[in-house]
Amino acid sequence: MKLNTNSNVYTIAYASVMVIIVAFCLAFISSALRPIQDDNVANDKRGQILKALNLRDVKDVQAEYDKVLIKDIILNVNGEVIDSVGGFNVDSKDIQAKDDAQKKLPLYVCNVENDTVYVVPMYGRGLWGGLWGYVALKGDFQTVYGTFLSHEGETAGLGARIVEPWFQEKFIGKKAFTDSTYTEVAIGVAKKVEDPASQVDAITGATLTSNGVDGMFKSSLAPYQKYFSANHK
Amino acid sequence: MSLFSQQNKEVFTGPLNLNNPVVAQVLGICSALAVTSQLEPAIVMGLSVTVITAFANVIISLLRKTIPNRIRIIVQLVVVATLVTIVSQVLKAFAYDVSVQLSVYVGLIITNCILMGRLEAFAMMNGPWESFLDGVGSGLGYAWILVVVGFVRELLGSASLFGYEIPVLTDCDFFHNGMMTMPAMALIICGCVIWAHRSINKVD
Repeated sequence: MKLNTNSNVYTIAYASVMVIIVAFCLAFISSALRPIQDDNVANDKRGQILKALNLRDVKDVQAEYDKVLIKDIILNVNGEVIDSVGGFNVDSKDIQAKDDAQKKLPLYVCNVENDTVYVVPMYGRGLWGGLWGYVALKGDFQTVYGTFLSHEGETAGLGARIVEPWFQEKFIGKKAFTDSTYTEVAIGVAKKVEDPASQVDAITGATLTSNGVDGMFKSSLAPYQKYFSANHK
Repeated sequence: MSLFSQQNKEVFTGPLNLNNPVVAQVLGICSALAVTSQLEPAIVMGLSVTVITAFANVIISLLRKTIPNRIRIIVQLVVVATLVTIVSQVLKAFAYDVSVQLSVYVGLIITNCILMGRLEAFAMMNGPWESFLDGVGSGLGYAWILVVVGFVRELLGSASLFGYEIPVLTDCDFFHNGMMTMPAMALIICGCVIWAHRSINKVD
């Protein structure tokens, strides 16, 4: 018997069977590979934190991270420690929560070259999409130890240059806040640098991305004000 | 017909040279511009496309007598999309750095005209083995162009190859030509490759 491959019934049956097979196959692969992929994402995040600590060429990210990290605590905006572990797993939505009372603020306490360094995660918006990064502060919560910046899809060759180490290293040694009340974030990016102790020259041709990085520093450091003023050395 | 007959050889070697998908058929240019600023993503992209064209060709060729004519394009798309999703999941699991670099372009292999072109023009009318050869040939034909463009762009743009800096060249300012890392230069290099290819092969 020869099948009539042009009949309506055959076409619909063919399409249905095909979709079911494909759906099953993709669901299986996705769930089988999920744990490995999650590991990769987490390891990538660890690598980014290490880069903020100026450990840029690390081979075994996991081992180095375990060596450097003392604890990853979670704070609220009142400067209280909600949890003494698990800062690494805080969802970025909780960090950026609109309602201050619901904010969960991770703080990575690290030990680099016998110095305690605190890493704060940052989130912001660039020209085309999200920006994120980490800023490492010394024990006075004032001096910047290092930064890492990344982006979803800034313009290649312009805004995308914020991922390059030469730009990120410009922040090293800058002053993060105007004074020890920590009420005003000083560190930022400016087209015309008025305060060289805390501002960094913007990237030419990437004004909006630079503004985004500036805003990211300001909005991400501000919620830590109470903790910093209570705990600084 | 034997497995490596003259005809099959032509099916395989055609797309590598005279009938190259990028330089002769001018297909797949979009992704050729996007992923060639460095050599490594260019190679991974080339191999991914090769794997996908080969297997999509085989699958479509096996199914070709059962596929209802009215939905044949949809069936081809589903097969390609499934394979692309699998490749992108595998890359995310086993080559995470590369998958970050390729970002959306792996997903965009679905829209790579080479795939649909080969499926519709070849796999729908030929047996699985010929289709496999055609797929591998087309994929490799695409890949070697990417490698050439990626080589030139990485060498002149960042004075490195595979991410390793070449010490002799890094001192020379010319080898940090920022323009080379932009997509526009990829188009120009692609044009140069087409020019060289046509003058060597004397194609009008």
